[in-house]
Amino acid sequence: MGLEFLIYKAILVLIVFSITLLVATYSTYAERKIAAFLQDRIGPDRAGPFGILQPLADAVKMFMKEEMIPSVSNKALFIIGPGLCMLTACMTGVIIPWGKSINIGGTDYPMQIADVNIGILYLFGVLSIGVYGIMIGGWASNNKYSLLGAIRASSQMISYEVAMGISIIALVMVTGTLSTGEIAEQQHGWHWNVLVQPLGCLIFVICAFAETNRAPFDLPECETELVGGYHTEYSSMKLGLFLFAEYINMFVSSAVISTFYFGGYNMPLIGRWVHDPNWLAILGFVFLFMKIVGFIFFFMWVRWTLPRFRYDQLMNLGWKILIPLSILNLVLTGSWMMRHEIMAYFAK
Amino acid sequence: MQALTNRSQVVSKKEMTLIEKMYLPAIFSGMWITFTHLFKKSATIKYPEQTREFSGIYRGQHVLKRDEKGAERCTACGLCAVACPAEAITMTSAERKPGEEHLYREEKYAATYEINMLRCIFCGDCEEACPKEAIFLTDRKVESFYTRKEFIYGKSILVEDKNNPIDLTKRQTPDVKGFKLDKNYAHNQTFDKNKKAKVAGHH
Amino acid sequence: MITTYLFYLLTFLAIMFAIRVVSTKNPIHSVLYLVMTFFAIAGHYVLLNAQFLAAVHIIVYAGAIMVLFLFLIMLLNLNKETEPHKSVWLKTSAVVASGLLLLVLVGALKGASTIQATNTFNPNIGLIENLGKTLFNDFLLPFELSSVLLLSAMVGAVMLGKKSIK
Repeated sequence: MGLEFLIYKAILVLIVFSITLLVATYSTYAERKIAAFLQDRIGPDRAGPFGILQPLADAVKMFMKEEMIPSVSNKALFIIGPGLCMLTACMTGVIIPWGKSINIGGTDYPMQIADVNIGILYLFGVLSIGVYGIMIGGWASNNKYSLLGAIRASSQMISYEVAMGISIIALVMVTGTLSTGEIAEQQHGWHWNVLVQPLGCLIFVICAFAETNRAPFDLPECETELVGGYHTEYSSMKLGLFLFAEYINMFVSSAVISTFYFGGYNMPLIGRWVHDPNWLAILGFVFLFMKIVGFIFFFMWVRWTLPRFRYDQLMNLGWKILIPLSILNLVLTGSWMMRHEIMAYFAK
Repeated sequence: MQALTNRSQVVSKKEMTLIEKMYLPAIFSGMWITFTHLFKKSATIKYPEQTREFSGIYRGQHVLKRDEKGAERCTACGLCAVACPAEAITMTSAERKPGEEHLYREEKYAATYEINMLRCIFCGDCEEACPKEAIFLTDRKVESFYTRKEFIYGKSILVEDKNNPIDLTKRQTPDVKGFKLDKNYAHNQTFDKNKKAKVAGHH
Repeated sequence: MITTYLFYLLTFLAIMFAIRVVSTKNPIHSVLYLVMTFFAIAGHYVLLNAQFLAAVHIIVYAGAIMVLFLFLIMLLNLNKETEPHKSVWLKTSAVVASGLLLLVLVGALKGASTIQATNTFNPNIGLIENLGKTLFNDFLLPFELSSVLLLSAMVGAVMLGKKSIK
């Protein structure tokens, strides 16, 4: 582990971080534009051509707004809340394999910050900590709406984590590894996991919606019941961080869905025309990015189509439908993998 | 009860089938509907650069017309103020002095004439009530201001510019003209103490 | 070299946070410090090359159990006003009990220093493949028994949560 390695990793972290922020920034713009298009409107178009400077204007507005901290709030925790939310949102990007390694001057430079052998577990760990930012922020505001929003958020995330975990276990059984890098590598050509695990993929996508608190599962910030949910008392950039964290989460979950189920950086047939491995790696990054953009669009498309669930419906869906379905998926996967042994047993 | 449109549907509370319980087909059909809207023409216009076409008889900011010689038509009879359902119009009258014939058409004129644009509902009743064809609504929009005071339009704004008369030909449809001249209507009847004015019928 | 420093840092943090868990008045702060302690301990697991254990520790303890704790304490709305005053008798008995526990711990540690490690430490024991093989070969029965225990706990919780039992 030389100095060169550390510098390379630091640069990679910086690049991934800035791409994440950039994509999240423009997701806010895309959200407004897509909402407008789906509703036969035009959307923001005043700041710059087609309004592409709108996120900048929004950011300036967020920074310039007056910072309000409720006098009865718990100040330290009130400030830690959005920070924690942002931190956990950014931490997940570490295990995404953005492409194959690039070979420069005989050395391989992997396009993944950390290919840890427990990648999926790491992802789950970070996801489960993600609740704390919302919970702390909601509680520290000392407001009933915030507290109810925070409690809704945490119970929703805990409930859907179970179904998500079980659907992922089936994926791990199929791939036989916990490392995200290996999972992406295994899906070369047409070996996409979605074809092997369609039900698991569906459950994972639904749970990803619930984990990111996106519509139709946006109950924590359900305006009709809870004013602003857990960020009712927040203003200025702290509110901005909460909102921003949601978009980063959306970006990262899109990346995770693409990596786990939709081939990651792989694209079928591309190997026929491109042979240079470095070009393949760069193209792989482009493909992954296209998939991510597609999923972000999907997230927004769903948000502007489906109405919000009621809270009991949400819990019913999570506990009574998704968890049994994911267990069924697990059993089916296991039986399929052991089919030869089972056949041999009955033949005997 | 008779249905108003043929689109109404009776809500049924029957048990949902398995396919319906899965919600997914309904979700996908909903998503398809929103997806088709991606390619539809947007209903929004970019307002300051583009404006919507106004109807010829659009009822906007009022004007107090002058006659052919440039004298004010209004005689401060107060019928418009009476007709106004929002009570937006106030005026004070004054007697025309010798030498002011080129300014005011008749012996009495409105010294002040104010319309509170915040009260006005642009119904056009003042225009219909006016026996002298003095007040009309035009297709101009009322501007926005920061204080309430500025919305009280006085004569300086309402009376049309002598050199720049406002075109009202679009509003002067044959119906309107006929209405203005119809002797059956109260505003065209001669004053008679014993005879009550006929109530204006439907037009 | 770095691992030694990290070990001392993590140990220091774990002890500091653990002390704060006991010493803070606010129960919410207490829970949050406990979560921090768990993180420090998870760091220790990583230093021992037991990443699986570290991840599971964080997912289960910090991510699930402590969230539920936090949940409960937030809803109970405990603060200084509602804290019940304990009698002197209760306080003295608590001091005596914890003092005895300290004595037992110190005595146990004194005895432990003489025990030598019988088998050499396998640095890869904490990796997930080895852990899985060990769990499902050598310790299959205890593993399955513990899962039955968890299942019975779940059934019990559901029974308690039901409004009325007929």
